[in-house]
Amino acid sequence: MQIKSLENQESLNTNLYIYLLRLADSNLILSQRLCELCGGAPSLEEELALSNVSLDLIGQARNWYEYASELDPQNTSPDHLAFRRDVHEFYNLLLVEQKNGHFADIIVRQFFFDAWHLATLEALQDSANERVRAIASKAVKEATYHLRRSSQWMIRLGDGTDLSHNKIQTSINQLWRFTGELLTQDDIEISLAAASIIPSKEKVSQLWKHTLETVLTEATLTKPDDNAWMYLGGKQGEHTEHLGFVLAEMQFLQRAYPDAKVW
Amino acid sequence: MQKFGRPQPKSLIDNQLQQQIMATDIKGDLNHEPNYDEESIWRVLSYVQDPEIPAVSVVDLGIVRRVDVLANKIMLEVTPTYSGCPATDLINELIEESLNFAGYRQVAIKLVLSPAWTTDFITKAGKVKLKKVGIAPPKGSVNKASLIDRDIECPHCASHETHILSEFGSTACKALYQCDTCREAFDYFKCI
Repeated sequence: MQIKSLENQESLNTNLYIYLLRLADSNLILSQRLCELCGGAPSLEEELALSNVSLDLIGQARNWYEYASELDPQNTSPDHLAFRRDVHEFYNLLLVEQKNGHFADIIVRQFFFDAWHLATLEALQDSANERVRAIASKAVKEATYHLRRSSQWMIRLGDGTDLSHNKIQTSINQLWRFTGELLTQDDIEISLAAASIIPSKEKVSQLWKHTLETVLTEATLTKPDDNAWMYLGGKQGEHTEHLGFVLAEMQFLQRAYPDAKVW
Repeated sequence: MQKFGRPQPKSLIDNQLQQQIMATDIKGDLNHEPNYDEESIWRVLSYVQDPEIPAVSVVDLGIVRRVDVLANKIMLEVTPTYSGCPATDLINELIEESLNFAGYRQVAIKLVLSPAWTTDFITKAGKVKLKKVGIAPPKGSVNKASLIDRDIECPHCASHETHILSEFGSTACKALYQCDTCREAFDYFKCI
């Protein structure tokens, strides 16, 4: 009986390790995408906002990676997790690796992510795992601020001119196919949800859909079909063609000069 | 001749901080031990400035959550303001070096995330100091309503006719506002 419960604990830890990587990787890759815009934002205020959001995300990623590293029997360091894994070992959402495109694309990607992120973090504050609770309750305040900003942009562009409305509606339609993944759970997540470590998928989708409907209605934008065909696989390490390029740039220094200590 | 190689790391503690610590009776040296009471340690900490907002100390900001003394060992709990605050590591180094300088040789700093830092942790004195250097302190206590950040008082002319210029400012913890009365732009310490 005891052996059985030990085995359960072990498999829960392995599953939690993967789940933490999913959270951390999504944060890190979106953070890297936002960094790419540094020096190229349409206005100074946006420049500050994009970099600051990026900074929050990378800080949260670090907190998740540190915990993941402690759970890993091999004690892989947080830096190694971020900079030495290859495309198929990354478990981020497909949404966050999509190219920056124009400003409406960036805002829609951010809004979809923020709405999901806040819903997830709010629920993770009630996790049965103390460490997860602590990291989530820190991050939730930042995510609230992020969603507030991206929602305001959705409304301003959607309820703006014909040009801005059409552009952002096209961005929504384009990125919609990556949102299905936000609301799915595989066996790994189902087992964690059963142990109350992470929220059920119903809980997250309910919050996500509520935010989406409220903001899109105010922005006079149309929500695409819920039953549209969705791309899946990011959380299992199957990515779109873009992630490799992101990693090539992000990991260059660590790959070229492994373990460099003196700069 | 120009020397190559890694430059010698400079001490993080500047003259002002050194003098402040020297002026107290806390500092230990080769001949005598420093005072190992918590009050003395808090006093040293109150001289350690936040590297991004030097007007306030780490104590004013409320990021030092706990000080414990066990025999000659000092154990501190420090919490970051924001998850991605780039000053977190530097602050820890500053704290450690300052305590070392005061004669405390064994210092252990633990990073704690829970309870999450909130602007409610900033002391009253800290809020006064922020205002003095032209940064509007966080308004009120943390709740959903204060996230909207309305009715912020201008730290220059005390007018309440102000508007937001940018949701984000020069550091992660600030937003940029402008006063409609005196037209000055100012930083607002976001309420989180």
